[in-house]
Amino acid sequence: MINYVYQLVSPKLISVKHEVLDTKEMVLIRPEYMSICQADQRYYQGMRSGKVMKEKLPMALIHECCGTVVFDDTNTFKEGQRVVMIPNHSSTKNDVIYENYAKDSFFLSSGHDGFMRELVNLLPDRVVQFENIELPIAAITEFVSVGVHAITRFDLAAHSNRGIIGIWGDGSLAYIVASLLKELQTESEIIVVGKNINKLSHFSFVDKTYLADYLPSDFEVDHAFECVGGEGSYFAIDDIIRYINPQGTVMLLGVSENKVPIYTRDILEKGLSFIGCSRSGRTDFQKAVELLGNKKLQNRLSTIIFEDKPVSSITDIHRVFQADLSIPFKTVFRWNL
Amino acid sequence: MIFGAILAGGVGSRMNIADVPKQFLPLGNKPIVIHTLEKFMLCTSFDKVYVGVHPSWISHMEDLIDKYINSKAEKVCIVPGGEDRNSTIFNIVKSIEEDYGENEEDIIVTHDAVRPFVTLRIINDNIDAALKYGACDTVIPATDTIVESKNGISITNIPIRSHMYQGQTPQSFKIAKLKKAYYDLSDEEKDILTDACNILVKRKMYVHLVMGDAANMKITTVNDYKVAQAMVGGMAID
Repeated sequence: MINYVYQLVSPKLISVKHEVLDTKEMVLIRPEYMSICQADQRYYQGMRSGKVMKEKLPMALIHECCGTVVFDDTNTFKEGQRVVMIPNHSSTKNDVIYENYAKDSFFLSSGHDGFMRELVNLLPDRVVQFENIELPIAAITEFVSVGVHAITRFDLAAHSNRGIIGIWGDGSLAYIVASLLKELQTESEIIVVGKNINKLSHFSFVDKTYLADYLPSDFEVDHAFECVGGEGSYFAIDDIIRYINPQGTVMLLGVSENKVPIYTRDILEKGLSFIGCSRSGRTDFQKAVELLGNKKLQNRLSTIIFEDKPVSSITDIHRVFQADLSIPFKTVFRWNL
Repeated sequence: MIFGAILAGGVGSRMNIADVPKQFLPLGNKPIVIHTLEKFMLCTSFDKVYVGVHPSWISHMEDLIDKYINSKAEKVCIVPGGEDRNSTIFNIVKSIEEDYGENEEDIIVTHDAVRPFVTLRIINDNIDAALKYGACDTVIPATDTIVESKNGISITNIPIRSHMYQGQTPQSFKIAKLKKAYYDLSDEEKDILTDACNILVKRKMYVHLVMGDAANMKITTVNDYKVAQAMVGGMAID
C-alpha cells in the first residue's frame, strides 16, 4: 500500500513523501498520539548547525509516539493492540554494550524518518505493547524510558551511600527523572535544583527544591543527575562538582550543542564518576511501560502534559510546533493524518 | 455493519500501455487495485470489503488477492461489476444483502480502485460522516476557477470559486438511504446521474462533505499514471 510520510525538508517546511510500504516481516502501526521532544523542535526551527541540517533532512520528525497495531506479518501482535514504538535501531546484539550506544545504531527522527507518518512499519522487537495507560501519557513513554535507562545505569554504577540524590534542571526531563527516582530509589532524599521558581513549584512530590542561585553553603548531594543541557550545562556541571560528595556519580543527560569546560581538578580530587546517558533501548521501554501502569505516576506525569488540538493537516503540524514553544513542559497531540 | 466497496469494474485502459484495465497496472511493486484494497483492509471498522470487477477479470482479481492479500482474504469478496458505476455499486449492495440481510443502519464506503493514495484518515472520516449524516462525499477545494459552458463555445456562468469543490472518492452512504434514492429514479435519470452522491442531491437529501487530499488522485490518463509512479519513486512506463 501507499504510505504518507510528513517530512521536514527545511526549517518550518513540511512536505509529503509517498512511499510503497514494506510490510514483510513487519508490524504496521497507526500512530495515535505524539509528543514533541526538544530535539524535534530544534530541527523544526532550524537551530541545528547547517551541516547537521543538510545531513539529516529531509526526514519525518517525532520519536515519542503510541499507536495501534493494524497489521502484523509476524503474528507477534494482534490487530487493535495498543503499542509504543522504539525509535532506536541496531542490528548487532551485544551483552555488554547497550543497544542505544551500538556503533551501527540509528535513531528515527535523526537522519531517518520519525513517526510523523500515516503508518509506521517496524520489526516486532521495536514494538512494546501496553494496557491501562492513558494515550497522552503513553505518548511520552520514550521520554520516560530515557529516564529509566539513566536510573538503571546509575543503579549499577553508583556507590551505596545514596542518602541525597540531586537533580539539576527544572524542565520535563528533570521532572521525569525525579518522578522515577521517587519510585525506584525510595530510600533517597530527592532534591531538585532549578532556575525557574514557577517550574520548580511543579515538583511538589520531591523532598526539597532550590533555586540554583541560592544554594545554601552547607548544601551537598551524594550523587547527581544533570538534566539541564544547552548553555546551562556549564553552570549545572560546575555546581554539581562543587556540591557533590567524594566518589559521587554524575549522570549527564542534558544535550549541549557546544563543548562545555569542566573543572577536572575537583573531579580528580573528589574521585567522581561521570556517566553520559542518551536515548534508550527495548528493556528500558518495557520497564517504562511497567512503571506507567501505576496510576499515581500517570497522574503525576499528566501535570506536565499539555494536550493540544488534534493534527489533521500540515497546517496543524505547524500549529503544534509553534504552540510548543510557549509550553514549559511536554506538548502532546492526537495524530489524525 | 460497515462495508467497503471498491469499484474496479472498468475494462478500459486509455493508457496505450497494455490491454489491461488501468486498476491492474503496476504502481511500484503491486497493481494499483491492490494498493487501494490493502489500505481498506487496514481499516478495522469494515466487516467486509467488496470489490466490483468486470466478469472477464474476476479470475485475475482472485489471483491477485491470493498473491497479495493472503492472510486477510476471508475479509474480501469479489462481485461481478455492472455496466456502469452505479450498477456495480448496486451489484455490491445486492451481494451484501444476500450475505448479511437488509439492515437500516448498514454503511457502504464506495471508492474508485484507481485512487490508491486514499488515506486511513479519509476512510475513517467517511465512516464517521456516513454514520452521523447518512451520506457523504469526499472533496477538495477547487483551486482553478470553474467555467461553465453549456454549448462548449461560450461561457454560461463562472461560479464563485470558494463555493466550488472537486469531487473525489470515497462516497459513503447508509445503504437504505442510497437505495431509496436510486430506486426512485426513472431509467432516463439513471442514465444521466452517474455519480452516486448526485442521486441523493437530486432527491434533496443531505450529503455531508469530507475533506479529501490533493494526492488522492484518480489515475485515469497516461499522465496521471506517470505522476503516480513518480510520487512513489517508481519507474515511469511509456
